[in-house]
Amino acid sequence: MTRNLKSALFSALLVWAVAYPVLGLKLTIVGINLEVHNTSNTTLAIIAICSVLMFLRVLFNHQISAAWKSSPNMPLIPAKASNFLTLPTTQRWIILALIVVALVWPFFGSRGAVDIATLILIYVMLGLGLNIVVGLAGLLDLGYVGFYAVGAYSYALLSHYFGLSFWICLPIAGMMAATFGFLLGFPVLRLRGDYLAIVTLGFGEIIRLLLRNMTDLTGGPNGISNIEKPTFFGLTFERKAAEGMQTFHEYFGLQYNSINKVIFLYLVALLLALAALFVINRLLRMPIGRAWEALREDEIACRALGLNPTVIKLSAFTLGASFAGFAGSFFAARQGLVTPESFTFIESAIILAIVVLGGMGSQLGVILAAVVMILLPEMMREFSEYRMLMFGALMVLMMIWRPQGLLPMQRPHMELRK
Amino acid sequence: MSREILKVENLSMRFGGLLAVNGVALTVKEKQVVALIGPNGAGKTTVFNCLTGFYKPSGGSIQLDGQAIEGLPGHEIARKGVVRTFQNVRLFKDMTAVENLLIAQHRHLNTNFLAGLFKTPAFRKSEQEAMEFAAYWLDKVNLTEFANRTAGTLAYGQQRRLEIARCMMTRPRILMLDEPAAGLNPKETEDLKALISMLREEHNVTVLLIEHDMKLVMSISDHIVVINQGTPLADGTPEQIRDNPEVIKAYLGEA
Repeated sequence: MTRNLKSALFSALLVWAVAYPVLGLKLTIVGINLEVHNTSNTTLAIIAICSVLMFLRVLFNHQISAAWKSSPNMPLIPAKASNFLTLPTTQRWIILALIVVALVWPFFGSRGAVDIATLILIYVMLGLGLNIVVGLAGLLDLGYVGFYAVGAYSYALLSHYFGLSFWICLPIAGMMAATFGFLLGFPVLRLRGDYLAIVTLGFGEIIRLLLRNMTDLTGGPNGISNIEKPTFFGLTFERKAAEGMQTFHEYFGLQYNSINKVIFLYLVALLLALAALFVINRLLRMPIGRAWEALREDEIACRALGLNPTVIKLSAFTLGASFAGFAGSFFAARQGLVTPESFTFIESAIILAIVVLGGMGSQLGVILAAVVMILLPEMMREFSEYRMLMFGALMVLMMIWRPQGLLPMQRPHMELRK
Repeated sequence: MSREILKVENLSMRFGGLLAVNGVALTVKEKQVVALIGPNGAGKTTVFNCLTGFYKPSGGSIQLDGQAIEGLPGHEIARKGVVRTFQNVRLFKDMTAVENLLIAQHRHLNTNFLAGLFKTPAFRKSEQEAMEFAAYWLDKVNLTEFANRTAGTLAYGQQRRLEIARCMMTRPRILMLDEPAAGLNPKETEDLKALISMLREEHNVTVLLIEHDMKLVMSISDHIVVINQGTPLADGTPEQIRDNPEVIKAYLGEA
């Protein structure tokens, strides 16, 4: 009992130690000085209540967990439904339904909502690409944002210096990112696990620092602005067309409306995301997709069967990078501005979180997780100071209740028909 | 007299200060079954690892059809037709039996990216053929009814057979089996013996195996090589080995 009491007291103190400096003290600017003040009494009261609750929770730990066990076990999702949801066929139908909804709703949605949806689609693309590398091939890549940056800057630079259009640059950006993936992959794919993670992490930072410091070419920290938006078969969505171009609303005899542009960008993003979805779906059923899985399971057995591990890993790395390249060039086009600060490590972390949250290897999971990860911060702007706190809490809760991810997928197995 | 297919001379493997294999010589003729025996820790698996490119031998030469293969990476040696199984079965446990066999055919499949993306007729045909080849061998090793089960859920003996079938997918010339009978019951050992004979007779495969089951070794091998503490102790026909006093002392024990 005394030991319980001790740890209960300690836990209560810990609540104070964590919560008081974060929530209980406020920095206020008085004149030119920064002063520390206590916050309102309600906040302190809430912290006190929390610590008391923690105290009781730890003190009666045994009784509570016993009660928890004796109560009928009610999982969040019944096992049968969970199994049904993870079947490849079910997921395919859900994805089809989602596509239909995604095609129709922007014409009725608000401008802001469509804009956020576009951002979500960019992350869906990134998540799907990283899913190849991490989920399928099992290579932990912490510098994925580097390829995203390569794609974005490829389009930005080509458009800025040579005036090339988005649709020409899109494949070039994909190829550039793939080339970088190939060049990086070549030396580092002999490394395994943690070492690979560290090297890729470094690579992501190197790309960002290069972009930041090659001021003559990339504009340094200011980045490149006024990047052209994608056109609809040569028709722009601006109010006034540049020399020799026509605008969309004039050509179709419509009233100019800025929402057209937003919807168009959304549809382009949707198109790209669907293309990514299609390609990955096929990859899963192709020899190379099977080889990735096999390599993740047992590299030695693969070598004994004549599969070249380096080539197979390299193909995963290169393909994954090319998706980031596509996403990057679209990002540059949508934003109209790229700066190195868009490609910090936290972006890599978010994309990785999307993959892990969604369930490794699952496409529907990635889509769902991208929605959660992008939409939640947007919806809770008032709490933006606590974003990282919530982010961490979400991850911890996930690890406890659904370590396999939101919607993990059962792989589509090849069947022998007898 | 059939042709020599694999010739190993003076093979040695050193790990730091430890000389695990020293001066081992081995000659395998086409369609022979050659056994490598010796006490635990004698260096048999190390020899296997050298032959299949998992280790780079510290000395000696390995020739496949007169072509030096020592020091080549594992996957290249496998592509030349030297394929092995492992002492502790190494299947892809989360994949089905038939998928295990498909992966082994990777090199013979249509891996063109665009062909696979758009399911061209050539791609479908190559997948179809791979499926049929896999089905053929599943039937040969009596695993057809387990084709769509994940490999990890199969019984141990079935896993062993699946691993051999998986090797056959690569169209090997030399099949190297590392203790294929370990953990098998007498009935399964009999089946294994039949399987090995069948491989040799019908599919022209040369077999090199490590085995402790003396009954199996004596009845199936054309030639036996004994190694002890990394050095060759004896080599000859089963009869010669059985009567060799040194082998009896070091390994077989007095009857």
